[in-house]
Amino acid sequence: MNSLVDWKAGVAEALDRGRDLVLAAANLAELRSAEGEASGKRSPLAAYSSKLRELAADERKELGRALQEARAELEALVRSRQAEMEAVEMEARTAAERQDLTEIPWFFAGTSGVLATEVALPVPRGHLHLVTQVRQELEDIFVSMGFEVAEGPEVEDDWHNFEALNMPPHHPARGMFDTFYLKAGEPESILLRTHTSPVQVRLMESRKPPIYAVAPGRCSRRDTPDATHLPVFHQVEALVVDEGISMSHLAATLDAFVDAFFGRGRRARLRPSFFPFTEPSAEFDVSCWVCGGSGCRTCSGSGWVELGGCGMVDPAVFEAVGIDSEKYTGFAWGFGIDRLAAARTNLGDVRDLLDNDVRFLVQF
Amino acid sequence: MRVPLSWLKDFTPVQASPEEVAHALSFLGLVVEGVERADKPWAGIIVARVLETRPHPSADRIQLVDVDMGDGEALQICCGAFNMKSGDLVPLAALGAVMPNGLEIARRKMRGEWSNGMLCSVPELGLGEEGLEKGIYVLPGDLPVGQPLAEALGVGDDVVFDLDIGPNRPDCFSIAGVARDLAAFLNLPFNFPPMGAAAVDPAGSAAVVDPAGSAALVEIAPDATELCPRFTATVIEGVRQAAVPAWVSRRVSLAGMRPINPVVDASNYVMLEIGQPNHPYDMDKLAGGSLQVRRAYEGEVLVTLDGAARELCPDDLVIAGGDGEAVGLAGVMGGATAEISPLTNTVLFEAANFDALSVARTGKRLGLSSEARARFERGVDIELAGLAVERFVSLLGPAVRRGPTTDLGRQEAPKVTAVLRAQRAALLLGVPVSANRCAELLTPLGFQCEPAGDERLAVTMPSWRPDCTREVDLIEEIARMHGYENIPRQLPARPMAATSLSREQKARRLVRDIIAGTGANEAWTTSFLSAEDMEKTGLSTSRALELENPLDQSQGLLRTSVLPGLLRSLQFNVERQIGAVQLFEIGNVFLAPLPGERGAYLAEVDEREQLGLVAIGRDIDARWSAQAWEVLRGGLRLRAVRLADEAAPPGTAGMHLDAFHPGRRAVISAQGRPVGVVGELSPKVTSAYGFSSRVAALVVDLAPVLGAVTGMGAAQAVSRFPATDMDMAFEVDEGVAAGDVAGTVESSAGQLLTSLALFDVYKGPGLGEGKRSLGFRLRLRAGDRTLTEAEVTRVRVAVADAVSSAHGGVLRVG
Repeated sequence: MNSLVDWKAGVAEALDRGRDLVLAAANLAELRSAEGEASGKRSPLAAYSSKLRELAADERKELGRALQEARAELEALVRSRQAEMEAVEMEARTAAERQDLTEIPWFFAGTSGVLATEVALPVPRGHLHLVTQVRQELEDIFVSMGFEVAEGPEVEDDWHNFEALNMPPHHPARGMFDTFYLKAGEPESILLRTHTSPVQVRLMESRKPPIYAVAPGRCSRRDTPDATHLPVFHQVEALVVDEGISMSHLAATLDAFVDAFFGRGRRARLRPSFFPFTEPSAEFDVSCWVCGGSGCRTCSGSGWVELGGCGMVDPAVFEAVGIDSEKYTGFAWGFGIDRLAAARTNLGDVRDLLDNDVRFLVQF
Repeated sequence: MRVPLSWLKDFTPVQASPEEVAHALSFLGLVVEGVERADKPWAGIIVARVLETRPHPSADRIQLVDVDMGDGEALQICCGAFNMKSGDLVPLAALGAVMPNGLEIARRKMRGEWSNGMLCSVPELGLGEEGLEKGIYVLPGDLPVGQPLAEALGVGDDVVFDLDIGPNRPDCFSIAGVARDLAAFLNLPFNFPPMGAAAVDPAGSAAVVDPAGSAALVEIAPDATELCPRFTATVIEGVRQAAVPAWVSRRVSLAGMRPINPVVDASNYVMLEIGQPNHPYDMDKLAGGSLQVRRAYEGEVLVTLDGAARELCPDDLVIAGGDGEAVGLAGVMGGATAEISPLTNTVLFEAANFDALSVARTGKRLGLSSEARARFERGVDIELAGLAVERFVSLLGPAVRRGPTTDLGRQEAPKVTAVLRAQRAALLLGVPVSANRCAELLTPLGFQCEPAGDERLAVTMPSWRPDCTREVDLIEEIARMHGYENIPRQLPARPMAATSLSREQKARRLVRDIIAGTGANEAWTTSFLSAEDMEKTGLSTSRALELENPLDQSQGLLRTSVLPGLLRSLQFNVERQIGAVQLFEIGNVFLAPLPGERGAYLAEVDEREQLGLVAIGRDIDARWSAQAWEVLRGGLRLRAVRLADEAAPPGTAGMHLDAFHPGRRAVISAQGRPVGVVGELSPKVTSAYGFSSRVAALVVDLAPVLGAVTGMGAAQAVSRFPATDMDMAFEVDEGVAAGDVAGTVESSAGQLLTSLALFDVYKGPGLGEGKRSLGFRLRLRAGDRTLTEAEVTRVRVAVADAVSSAHGGVLRVG
């Protein structure tokens, strides 16, 4: 029938007009009104839509499809125009906001390093993170005891994190560490170090004894965070390799450190334990720095606070790094810096360390 | 591992208090995680004799029972069970008694009749499940009426030590192992408890070790021998007459396992006591009355004792009945098929040894934990199987008959020996010990020590100590027995050696201090990010490294930038109504190396240290972070660097360009290379994080910055002659950077220029369209004379010419 042919021509015309309107819009506001005019409630397209019910089923279908296609085309055109305009507006805005970062006074301190313009008002100094402060204090004590501070990567390979430390593949002790692996290299070959001990391995591989070193740094274990565990945490590790080093030296060195860090008269206590990379191995406790050993809340009444693990370097580790275990002996120890920081400040939940709430940070 | 003190005392006569025992265990390396008192078991429950049972006048489901509780009087009890007859001894919970489930017994009327207490069943006493005869626990033997039940059954107050046993001590996954260590440490004798009549003399039973043959009770498939080094199967008859003492179930319960029935409890008791997992099968329900050990078929399904159907593969070892149908998962969990029931009369008792790694793998793959798995995967002493049978039979009592046994595989562990040098022990421990002293300390633990001359010992390790193979392992044992607390303390006699932080470490501390000096607080954020975090921050994920096993999907990538973490922390503070926040972090970031490149440590990872700084607050914009960078640069005595907006610099700078505002950013260089970006975050990024004001930011690779820090240079004499200050203002195009003009001023002014400051920036009337005025103050000074006016003028002319030709800048006059 005539009307269908006419109406389809009408839709095509409405589409052409709508396209022109949208293309003519110069900015977002104009685009919005063009969109309304072209396909909104009062547009010719809407008028044709309302005529649909006057048609027979097959004709209705045909006109309906034409209308739908016209609307879809207009819609796509509007979206693309909108994206273009937004980009242009963003560019115009950021260009208008252009700021010359070389205008700042300090840039011109010049060759003398002394500022020639007026002095700015002082600002309150920021605080270093609690964990940094504890770490630096530990580093300073160990440096004063003749240790150097060694560093190594946080992403490690299996050799440095496990195998060289007397944990060959499938060793049951690997179960003591829940390890994050990377999708890189061979499966389960590249990992986030689970302890700072790989730094020891790198040190011994690259250097001849004597070695007196501490290695502080970030480690990761696949632990769900709770009040005493974070999947990302900090450890400090000590390593001594020299001729004639004994467990007696280990105990005395720990005492010296504990005395310096926790206060005069505090001492370390060793209890037998197991680590694949040391033998004999021990846990070490510190006499409680709050009550001095008489028992209080910090030490759960025992007078001692558990701090970390230690022991004599296992000959298998020396063998792995090519050090003669008959000539040299050594000791190592390690403990968590975050836990130490939490224990020392009576912090109940280590997760607070990661929030970085300024009201918390400025307390230390 | 839960260890009741009374059980330890079966092995060694410990007199020490529980506290002293706990202390000793701790100093043996058996970590005590808790000490529980199990005092006054069954308080208020006594042995009573049934005098008479009568029907309840108005109820069918309960009857009246008159009992004698020791005073000869008849006491009326209402009882819902009917299994006892007059003369039986039964447990009576007297008035006021509190049951293990918390119920307090009181006098009460039931359907009009008084009940003056409660008669107890086996489950009510926590001694197991209902037996064959359901109802009240009819006590075995002749017990004194009126005696407290605990006393009558030989169950006393107890103390349970909860021990955390390390993976290196499989032997201490048993009471015997713990007792052996404790006895040696406390200088006490150590003996296995007497095995009882049945074991001492197998009571005429045919305790024959069958060779593998037609009469064999068990067969091991040829491809399974590797996974099953030893298997013993023993027939035990008449277990329905077994009289397992009540303290067996009580101890099993104290050790943390659920009492089930006397036979199963005895089996568990043996495992807990000597560390040999074992399994009793109901022989009559076992097809063919024998067992097979074989690898599972691909896709074979087994219903384990916990009721779950498990799909197996040929890496798994199964125990099957004579018909080949699997009845259990070797070393991990039994099946439901030939389970022991109260009706079981003949038991086939398995005590076997399975490969540790295979048990661990199967258990891990199927997610099945069990007491057996825990022991096998640490390593069970291959020599224990025979003892397990003996102990099991002895617990079942004299009425039980032991039948034939089949014992396949190795019966002895290979002998492991090592030479111990006393001198080496002394050196490693710092304790003077002789060979004799070492032997004294090692022998009680089961080490066989033979003098080998020259203060040396030839030591044979006990079969239950797979952790000991080397000299150093023996030295650790000597240390434990000597007592870690008795090791003297002596600092190393090391020649003096001066140490200090490295140059980079000092420089890094300086960076922290300088940045903190700008007012920023140091934050610490996680190493993990999601793709959304990066996208939100305008960072590409193309070089981000992915974790194989992240905690969750929002932490699936390793950070390539410290900015997302810092921005999240900034958001955290802003949401808590803290308006002005400045945070910084120094931390490692991780990138996939570019094609053809490799990381410094590992080929697969380019790990580098990054400094990030973010700030939000009133009046804070791009110039805040630019100024912070200048403060840092000045503090580190780095040479002035031009801030320039390069289109696509490589590395950290290039990666972060899109995070920054295109009109308010600049690339930072150090050692001539772009190392970072400073400025303000892109409006897209600030709105993605929901900030309503501008965020100033800085991100820079730390290594080149630290590397550029130099030590002290030679001193330069400070001039004693007066300076001449000269102001010069230039009208330049707005697009010309003040820094570039300053550079020209600096280079054209020559040696006399001692400082340069931008004192005025002006736009507005009096200037051309799109122009601005930059006012510089030059301070000129010579080291050896007062400057003449002619000299100053020469500089002025030179500077004006240079700025004019380089930037088209016109010197403004007036």
